[in-house]
Order: sequence, then C-alpha cells, then structure tokens
Amino acid sequence: MAAPGRAVPAGPGALHRRDRWWVYPTNVALWLSLFGAYSFWTIVFFQRDSYHQYLSPFYSPLIAAGRIPVSPALLIFWIPLGFRATCYYYRKAYYRAFFQDPPACAIREPRLAARLSPTGRGRRYRGETRLPFVLANLHRLFLYLAIAFVVIFVIDTVTAFSYHGHIGIGLGTALILVNTVALGLYTFSCHSLRHLIGGGLDCFSCAFAGRPRFQLWRLTSWLNLRHSTWAWISLTTVILTDLYIHLLQYGVVHDPHLGF
Amino acid sequence: MTRTNGPPAPPSPAAADAEDQSLRIAYDDGVTDRTATLRVWRGDAAGGAFVDYEVPVQEGMVVLDAVHWIQAHRAADLACRWNCKAGKCGSCSAEVNGRPALLCTTRVDAVTRPQDRVVVVQPMQTFPIIRDLVTDVSWNYEVNRRIQPFTPAPGERAPFVIAEPDITRVEEYRRCIECFLCQDVCHVLREHRGQDRFFGPRQLVRIASLELHPKDTADRLAQLRAEAGVGLCNITKCCTEVCPEHIRITDNAIIPLKERLADREFDPIRSLWRRLRPVPMASSIPAADERVAAPARPPG
Repeated sequence: MAAPGRAVPAGPGALHRRDRWWVYPTNVALWLSLFGAYSFWTIVFFQRDSYHQYLSPFYSPLIAAGRIPVSPALLIFWIPLGFRATCYYYRKAYYRAFFQDPPACAIREPRLAARLSPTGRGRRYRGETRLPFVLANLHRLFLYLAIAFVVIFVIDTVTAFSYHGHIGIGLGTALILVNTVALGLYTFSCHSLRHLIGGGLDCFSCAFAGRPRFQLWRLTSWLNLRHSTWAWISLTTVILTDLYIHLLQYGVVHDPHLGF
Repeated sequence: MTRTNGPPAPPSPAAADAEDQSLRIAYDDGVTDRTATLRVWRGDAAGGAFVDYEVPVQEGMVVLDAVHWIQAHRAADLACRWNCKAGKCGSCSAEVNGRPALLCTTRVDAVTRPQDRVVVVQPMQTFPIIRDLVTDVSWNYEVNRRIQPFTPAPGERAPFVIAEPDITRVEEYRRCIECFLCQDVCHVLREHRGQDRFFGPRQLVRIASLELHPKDTADRLAQLRAEAGVGLCNITKCCTEVCPEHIRITDNAIIPLKERLADREFDPIRSLWRRLRPVPMASSIPAADERVAAPARPPG
C-alpha cells in the first residue's frame, strides 16, 4: 500500500490527459492530407473528365475550358473546397489536427504551434476575428453554391443511367448515385441551412409557413446530428467515384452493368 | 481563510497506523477487495503538489465517494466543494485524469488505469485555485450580470402562452446546471486566458437562451460580437464533449448565434432581401434581425 501523504512531482505532463487523445487529430491529419493530395493530383494533372456517361464529380458541372490550357476542374474546385473549408465540422477537424488549437480537449497547445498558428499570431489568440479565419463566416455563400451543385449532381446521376440510348445500371452508376446521396446528406445537414430554414426564427408560429418550416427544421436538425459522418462519407465517395472513372478511362477495370 | 504553502505534512506514524487499520476493516468486512490510488492535487494559490491516497473501491463508487473517504480516513482538511451528489447542482466540478468532469457522476472503475490503478484528481485549471479541489468561479457570475436580461415586449406579462415549437429549443439551454466545466475546457479561456474578451460557452448558452426566446425583444448581437467575443470561438466543440447535461452547446447555441451574426454582417443576399422585401405584418414578436438594440447593463 502506498504511504498516504507521499507527494508526487507535478510536472507539465501531470496535468494532461492520459487517454489516447491523439488518435482523433492524427487520423484527421492523415486522411485530410491524403484526400487533399489525391484531389490536387486529379485536378491539376488530369485532363480527362469522363468515361462515356460517367462524369467525375471533380469536373461537374463540366465547363468547356476552350483554349485555356488548364483542367476544367480548376475552374470549379474552389466551390466544394470553400464549402468544406468553412464548414463548422471541418473547422473543428482542421483546427485540432493541423493548427493544434487545441489538439484535443484540455490538452495544452504546443508552444511551436502557438507561435506559428494563424489563429494565434504569436501569443495573442485571435480565433475567427481576423483574416484568414474570419472568412469562415462566408460559409452561407458557399452553401448557396453547394445546393446548386447538388442539383447538378442529380442531373449527372440521371445521365449515368443512360447506356447508348437505353437505361442501364453499372457499378459506376451505383457509385455516382451513392456519391450524390452522400453529398446531398452532407449539404442538407449543414448548420447554415438549418439556420436559414428555421434556426433564425424566434417564433415559428408567428412566421410565414411556420409549421412546415418547423418540420423542415426538425428534419435538418436530425440530419445535422450526423453532419460529421456525412462529411467523411461524402468526401470518401467523391474520391472513390473519381478513382473508378480514372480506372475505367485507362482500361484497368471494366464496368459491370445491367441493361434494360 | 486558511492558506498553506505546498502540500500538507504527512500524518504521524500513529495516525497512519490507525488509518491503515480502517482500510483493513473495510477489507475484513467484505465491503471490498479492491483499492485504487487517488492522486489528488493538494495546495492553494501559492503552490502545491499531487498526493497519493489509497482508497477501497466498491461497486458503483464515484470519485466524490473516494474523496469523501479520504476526508473521513486520511485527510480531514482536503477541500472539495459539493452539494447534491446527484449531478444536478454542478458544485463538484474538477478534472479527473485530465478531463473536466463532475466528481459525483464519474465512476472510479471507469477512470482507473488498469496498469497502476491510479486516478488523478485536480482542480479546474481555468479558474483561480482557492484550496485543493476548490476554485474561485465568481468570474462567471460577474460576466453573467453583464448580459442584457430577459426583455419582453411592453405590455407582455407572465404567464406567457407559448406554442410548443417555439419553446422547444430554449428548453435545452435551461438544462444548464452551471458546473462551468465548459468554461474550464474552453481553450480560449484555459490556454489563451481570454477572460477579458470572451464570455465563454456557458454565457453564450445564456445569451442563446435569451436571443432565441420567442418573447424576448432585446438585441444582444452587438454585444455578442464585441464584448462577448463570439468570433474567438473556433468551434472545436470541447464544451459539448464535457457537458454533463449533454447540451449540444456548439451546435445548438454558439453556431446559431454565429449564424445570426452572419445574417447581419456576412450575407449580402439576406441583406438585399431585408431591403427589398415588403413591410411585414404587425406582430408582437419582431424577427431576430428587426430588433432594436437595447443598452447593455453596466458591468458589475
């Protein structure tokens, strides 16, 4: 039995959590870096956007770049990038993973990170009150564009069912369908949309169309509980769909499908 | 108030023998056959250190039980604030193994490390230490007084008749027990010592409870941006993770407030709509962006 009254040295580590708090920021840093590297590769170095009726989500909506010697994806990628970069979930993820601000709850911020962090600018923490992070407040504007993108993805999905004038379902069709559903769930569970639908009201019963807005607000609130899940699933499906289309383009795989 | 420098002196050999005897009685009576080492921070504002206490562990025992056992058998002068022992008064807030938690709802079994059976208990790091596990949380009440209180429209009198959809959101905020664990874990207050420019999650929940109330007419958005410093919150959701009442502080209080600010300052489409839309019908409840700024109460 340890003798009562024994003093234990109280070094800096003694005040820290002793569970595996580093798992989440490490995972986020790893996966976001991988997704970022893949996206950079496919946007900058690829010029091929589709395989027959399958259009890669990175290139949708397809813009004819004409004589501009850049990938069409370069003209539109800033919209989904901006939507995700200003998303309330991803803000938590990258503040923890990349800026260590904080790396985890009740974990001391590393000194080097504190000095270099754009949220901190040295010792004076500024959060989201100064550039560049004050731009996160523009999430609403990216939401408007993201909703338009979901409509375009629905059109792409319908197009993906067309096989030489006939209706058919291939593995690519299924991937594009799942991707569109995932992106829809991610977009419609957005905190800003939740606010626009009803969160900004103090009184549903006093507002125009208050009852349906309340029902819609409850639906988005339910979706919003899993916003982080939709964020990761949709990011994965975008990558998988694009990768599959690239594999088809280079003849690495053949698209199994059923025709009707 | 009695203050001590550093940890208290260990008990005399005779006293230690008697305390060992009491622990043996707990074994002999069949109350328990397990022990854990509670590593408790002892000291005051001048300094202190961790002190190990071996305590018998029973089924269902919470950390506050273990602290009480130490007070009864090992260190009667161990300071710990508590009241209901039911997770409803918010008094016994501290940090267990480095995580902010209520001592009365944290089971010893759940937080004991299997390799050495140690549980680290320390006071909240964000607030000034009074003694041992007791901290001075009075700053929270001072900030609370600076928030414009509930302001119904002239002529509105309690009891209010409010439709259920309109009051649903506000009820969540009322679950707050003011344990201040969210304030403790918030890195703006804890790491960056932003008490002079940030109200903290608890007070943002209070502002949300007023701003979203269907019968409130005051406008706190200017205060929210300037004095309350809502822009300093970077949505890392630690406040939500530690809330013992499971209030979704970030999603349901802070983000809605940020969105209301975005309505006013960062959304040109909404601004245009506000200018072009037809004049709304008269209503006793103004919309959030139609409210008249009410003067904030003076600090203190």
